[in-house]
Amino acid sequence: MNKKSGKIYMINGPVVKAREMTGVMMHEVVKVGKLKLTGEVIVLEGDTATIQVYEETSGLKPGEPVEMSGELLSVMLGPGLVGSVFDGIQRPLEVLRSKSGDFLQRGVTAEPLDFEKQWDVEVLVNEGDQIEEGQVVAKVKETSAVEHRIMVPPHISGKVTKVKKPGKYKLDTVLMVVESESGKHEIKLYQNWPVRVPRPYKERLAPSEPLVTGQRVIDTFFPISKGGAAAIPGGFGTGKTVTQHQLAKWADADIILYIGCGERGNEMTEVLEEFPKLTDPRSGKPLMERTILIANTSNMPVSAREASIYTGVTIAEYFRDMGYNVALMADSTSRWAEALREISGRLEEMPAEEGFPPYLSSRIAEFYERAGRVKILGPEDKNGSISIIGAVSPPGGDFSEPVTTHTKRFVRCFWALDKSLANARHYPSISWLDSYSEYTTELVDWFAQNVNTDFSKLSKRAMSLLSEDNNLQQIIKLVGEDVLPDDQKLIVRVANILKVGYLQQSAFSEVDAFCDMHKQYEMLRIILMYYDRASSLISKGVAISEVLEEKIVNTLMRMKESVPNEKLDQFKQIEKTIGSFFDSLDEKYESAKEA
Amino acid sequence: MPLKEYMGLSQINGPLIFVENVGNVGYNEVVEVNFRQEKRIGQVVQISDKFAVIQVFQGTEGLNINETRVKFLGKTLQVKVSEEILGRIFNGIGEPIDGGVDIINGVYQDINGSPINPASRMYPRNFIQTGVSAIDGLMTLIRGQKLPIFSGNGLPHNRLAVQITKQAKIKGEESGNFAIVFAAMGIKHDDAQFMLSSFEESGAIKNVVTFLNLADDPTIERIATPRVALTAAEYLAFEKDMHVLVILTDMTNYCEALRELSTSRGEVPSRKGYPGYLYSDLASMYERAGMIRDKKGSVTQIPILSMPNDDITHPIPDLTGYITEGQIVLSRELQRKGVYPPIGILPSLSRLMKDGIGEGYTRADHPHVSSQLFAAYSRVQEVRALASIIGEEELTNIDRRYLKFGDAFEKEFLSQGYDEDRSIEETLALGWKLLGNLPQSELTRVSEDELKRYYKEIKES
Repeated sequence: MNKKSGKIYMINGPVVKAREMTGVMMHEVVKVGKLKLTGEVIVLEGDTATIQVYEETSGLKPGEPVEMSGELLSVMLGPGLVGSVFDGIQRPLEVLRSKSGDFLQRGVTAEPLDFEKQWDVEVLVNEGDQIEEGQVVAKVKETSAVEHRIMVPPHISGKVTKVKKPGKYKLDTVLMVVESESGKHEIKLYQNWPVRVPRPYKERLAPSEPLVTGQRVIDTFFPISKGGAAAIPGGFGTGKTVTQHQLAKWADADIILYIGCGERGNEMTEVLEEFPKLTDPRSGKPLMERTILIANTSNMPVSAREASIYTGVTIAEYFRDMGYNVALMADSTSRWAEALREISGRLEEMPAEEGFPPYLSSRIAEFYERAGRVKILGPEDKNGSISIIGAVSPPGGDFSEPVTTHTKRFVRCFWALDKSLANARHYPSISWLDSYSEYTTELVDWFAQNVNTDFSKLSKRAMSLLSEDNNLQQIIKLVGEDVLPDDQKLIVRVANILKVGYLQQSAFSEVDAFCDMHKQYEMLRIILMYYDRASSLISKGVAISEVLEEKIVNTLMRMKESVPNEKLDQFKQIEKTIGSFFDSLDEKYESAKEA
Repeated sequence: MPLKEYMGLSQINGPLIFVENVGNVGYNEVVEVNFRQEKRIGQVVQISDKFAVIQVFQGTEGLNINETRVKFLGKTLQVKVSEEILGRIFNGIGEPIDGGVDIINGVYQDINGSPINPASRMYPRNFIQTGVSAIDGLMTLIRGQKLPIFSGNGLPHNRLAVQITKQAKIKGEESGNFAIVFAAMGIKHDDAQFMLSSFEESGAIKNVVTFLNLADDPTIERIATPRVALTAAEYLAFEKDMHVLVILTDMTNYCEALRELSTSRGEVPSRKGYPGYLYSDLASMYERAGMIRDKKGSVTQIPILSMPNDDITHPIPDLTGYITEGQIVLSRELQRKGVYPPIGILPSLSRLMKDGIGEGYTRADHPHVSSQLFAAYSRVQEVRALASIIGEEELTNIDRRYLKFGDAFEKEFLSQGYDEDRSIEETLALGWKLLGNLPQSELTRVSEDELKRYYKEIKES
């Protein structure tokens, strides 16, 4: 077929302008130049179109053709997504490697999904059934951890005809035909969806359940709900990426989408090498079997970096629509914002703050608002969720810059990374003073029902000890610890136990990388029990040196490493040791008083 | 196809020239700019069907509007690479300047390279022993890593870089396959001379490829220099299976040149006048470090940059730190105390260290010892701040022991001679010896077994 095409007349980096483009749609995909580089229309004016090109434009000449496709920039959704690595516009990187070698060449395209693979399809509807949009009509076991549900695409409903029997089929097999008032629709194993349009759902629901991450500082003090949005801002070297990796590994989501947006190539390789070897602590399956990676590293074209965020969130929505809980990590949204700035600059748009375009904040809002817990389409009353965790890389670690301030407006969970903690190698370096979570109150009930009724109370008490300690630290900085009265000294010491023995959590420890909710509760309870008993002794006049027995303090500091998640009854032993230590102190004190 | 030559320009503005009514010209294409007897090289930076904007690498000084001729060469900027480049010295755009013959056999490669497919990368895990305790023990360099040195004027970054290149080795491997690519951008004659003569003394010169753009060479040429150097490095690493260490100095001068170019193109500036794409631009070079599955060679980068006014939040160190896998920060305070190398360890970091040390790489206790040393030295800073207010006498006993540890750490662990090459075992033993200054209860980052095996408390006299 002879496709419609126009002609290039100007080239400036990734921005190309073409004439004779009448009929092209906004955000339509086009093939640019003789090399057929992939691009997207971003401005239309008369018969000229401005195109952002997703590949390097060196060598492109004015006069070369621009071919229209008639389709919006879309992603392909179907079995085969899980476990794959894509670039920002959903090109499968493993396939590109076999096609063009170790370096990315231009103009090479490949279908995102494998059209040759045979899938074992279980069909769930019969000839003549009435089906509606979002209904699950077939199932495919995609990986040992994920059941892929083939759904009726949005806006289609009607009577089923020509149903295939269960069996082995390829992606483009027509499983059935739906007859509706608007005509006949073929249902295949895959569907396409434009990336810039959110997929529909029935209604949005309030958050009610936490996304358990296994990271104590997050789960105990700043929890995020399933369907929530969180930001991790921090200067370089504060551990954003390690924190994101930890969440991708241990969060209790069904599907993980990890977007490496303008970051380091080696970090993506690390995920690729490490995830297949790690197992999910809940399902026991390899982590890669629930993970989808989008890798658009910092040296890959900047416009594809802009698209990578949308590609990722659209895939996430597709799995949400199956009724799954999806967690999406974007590392880093600042690089995405910079891509917006770069393209805006090439378009010679009027800049707002620090050269960023004026629509920066609305773009950030649109992205984070695609998170949420929703009632999904389809006849069944089911829910799905997307939680978004975006890393922010503020220049110079300064949180007052535009991307951080705008992000803060649209997330309800803020995990501020602190340079001084990172310098002291206190990881995760999430500051307990500057971070916040607005989900805490909404999640109290869940913690009470699923962990313990006094979990939230304990967490509040621990936090108030930490903030009191912060005030005391100001005094200590000026005059030293020695001048504090014993009860305040105790607070400082217990806060130190909390910092070292509770908040610090090594990502590389076999035992402690993931911490079960019940273990978190037990640890917190025992540390606070120690504080209560010690402070009651001190109020009776016992010297602080008596209660700070090295062995006991060491036990408290090391229980995160000494008690594995599956042997929580060991806490009883620790509790007993500490109990009898205090009992004997009590006795000693009583007998001293009597004497 | 015959190459067309155009006579006359429509405009000259800073390093840019504008040519009207050109046809069949590609974006980023190389041009020859001829003026009387002189030839310069330029590159198309913007093109439309009416005019082309060209940046001239040697600058536009002395050109005029009507006599200048422009020839479009129909290709992007390329450099000829082969094994013959080893031991040679080139200018900033890859032309020999050592008086030797031109490179005869070789292949032309685009200096911009292509991004490595993330799925083709191999995660770097091989520990490089630099023989410098602070680096090996606390911010280990890994083969295939990009680890910059953040320095300042007057600090010994060049000496440190030379010491690293002289001493760097992989345990249990012959060193024959090792090459150094040295790219100088706008550095002083004396500095370049020092580096080159040091390579010569160490006998490494026959394996060094040098690209020189000195302080008085054309500014705009600097835009190409690191790319030319990295293209050479990639060729040696991925075609010739060599392990290449690339030293890029000084990245600050490169960024200044980029800012100059961006301003004359009338682009919207971002922080401190640097272009908004500075991050992507730096990344396109730093990301060329790494290793590839099924290939034997590797590219390791040590970019050196001087922080303007010692400010680590300045856009150049800031953006660099976001791209590179850690940083080695030199400290003026340690320099004043007479510590060489003056590596400020708290802000320094190696991100790839965690997977390249420990059992099977260095020694099982290495990660814990290094974490413990960091934590203890960080506490030393707090105690010193306190001591400067209330005086040392008022400190608690523990705090005094921290002070003692801090002084010993700087004197014995950080300090070492310019020719002193310490093995990793020596470095770790030194670390444990210094931890002996602290009581056992303070050492929470090391395991109890390790304490039993290595820890020996130094009793106060």
